[in-house]
Amino acid sequence: MAENSNTNVVVERLRGWSPNAISEVIEFRGETTLVVPRNALRDVAERCRGDKELRFNLLSDATCVDRYPLEPRFELNYHLVSIPRSDRLRLQVRLSANDPVVDSLVPVWPGANWLEREIFDLFGIRFTGHPDLRRILLPDDWEGHPLRKDFPVEGYRDTASIATRYTRNRT
Amino acid sequence: MTIQSETSTVQTATGKAKTMVLNMGPQHPSTHGVLRILLELDGENVVKAIPDMGYLHTGIEKSCEDKTYSQAITLTDRIDYLNPLGNNLAYCMAVEKLLGIEVPKRAQYIRVLMVELQRISSHLVWLGTHAIDLGAMSVFLYCFREREEILKIFEFVAGQRMMTSYIRIGGLALEPPTGYLQRVEKFVKMMPGRIDEYEELLTGNRIWMGRTKGVGYISADDAIALSMTGPTLRAAGVAYDNRKVFPYSSYEEFDFDVPTRTDSDCFARYMVRVAEMRESLKIIRQAMKKIPPEGPVRTEAPGIVPPEREKMKTEMEALIYHFKIFTEGFSPPVGEAFAAVESPRGELGVFVASDGSPKPLRVHFRAPSFINLQALPKLIEGKLIADVIACIGTIDIVLGEVDR
Repeated sequence: MAENSNTNVVVERLRGWSPNAISEVIEFRGETTLVVPRNALRDVAERCRGDKELRFNLLSDATCVDRYPLEPRFELNYHLVSIPRSDRLRLQVRLSANDPVVDSLVPVWPGANWLEREIFDLFGIRFTGHPDLRRILLPDDWEGHPLRKDFPVEGYRDTASIATRYTRNRT
Repeated sequence: MTIQSETSTVQTATGKAKTMVLNMGPQHPSTHGVLRILLELDGENVVKAIPDMGYLHTGIEKSCEDKTYSQAITLTDRIDYLNPLGNNLAYCMAVEKLLGIEVPKRAQYIRVLMVELQRISSHLVWLGTHAIDLGAMSVFLYCFREREEILKIFEFVAGQRMMTSYIRIGGLALEPPTGYLQRVEKFVKMMPGRIDEYEELLTGNRIWMGRTKGVGYISADDAIALSMTGPTLRAAGVAYDNRKVFPYSSYEEFDFDVPTRTDSDCFARYMVRVAEMRESLKIIRQAMKKIPPEGPVRTEAPGIVPPEREKMKTEMEALIYHFKIFTEGFSPPVGEAFAAVESPRGELGVFVASDGSPKPLRVHFRAPSFINLQALPKLIEGKLIADVIACIGTIDIVLGEVDR
């Protein structure tokens, strides 16, 4: 990911714009992670995309990690790519278990649409301002969010109720 | 999931007209698997398209969390079933990054060789099925004939035709058998002429051009905004290729071009993929020269990479490590790693998070088919229903990867 020299440029640029934009910088195995406060996420993302020295124009990926039972429980990771500068960056936002809500990045990168729907589907995180927040991989009437750590790997084995549910809904 | 009622009438030349909702898929052969699209139609024109997927969702990311790092490799084969070696490579690179281990040069070159063969085979399946969707039956048969040769090489080298699991953490599963380079050589000699044959059948073909030229246009800015990568982005004129921009597995030592077009229609994507097959052949030829005849294919990392068979018969430590790797696995340090490769469909990224236990805390696949498919409504809305087939084809989706 980002070289050290590039990292400093990115961090300085963002801190120069707003001193509270980044709460922590993590360097691990040559990758840079900027931990961003939840309420600053959309502004920082907008800045990363729009700033003429940063130009992270491609949102490569967005995903979530469930650290249950630790707090803050959820970590959202956004992987950004700057095609003109050949650089990568990860933005991280931490969310607590009782309030897993964060601003949607669809207004910044339209490509965030399905990625956020997937996180909503599998982790149950709400994105405010998302135009179409529906389940994407699982059926609409699925109960629970399977990638949460308190969801068993083998699922709930109550096959009888699943069978009735699906026959009832097939009209 | 329904189409909003307020859009059910559209303005046409003769006034307001009722639209019709058509359910396409999930069993339709030209949706390349189990993709379902709700199409709102005004006559033959698509007014609105809503893709619906998840029919093939098998919870691979959840299953990975219940397996050790090495066991999860077999699951990666089954995500994008046309590119199992590429998936293996991306996953292994992410875990290797997490562990901080290097792979021997010889293994890196063999990885490149195998992955490029895989790219050709994936593009062949794409070309064949795309052509059959648009009515060119014979190309399909030719493409599968050549793909068979590649699968035979895989079977010879890895023991498996499709779900190879050949690339492992720290190197390769086994030393390739004697004579594999001769087989690759034979294939590389035969293939350029065969690509010419496909081009003779399609490139100048008036029906083919009529079905693909000017169809499914997307501007470069829109493509980047929608996070598109791979041949679909390169056909829009953006030369973004992970092998060049963020080289991995010694790609920086290879001399190859990144084909781009500017028309950004179905024909441009076809031309980009055909050119990519030729570039892959170029890389394979260089890899064959680079691969040293002797040398390790696995790195020395006790406790992480299984020891050699011979060592286990003489050394106690090797036997203990072997037992521990296959019973409890190994524990990478706490942290996260993201590794991206250029799969035939675009940027395939793997994100692995470790909490210091022998099982991953989280494995996430940045599936290029899933993200590229997001642009489908943009490509087809306002166009004819026949173009829907051409557009699904040129995005080159693999539903196993879309749904995971």
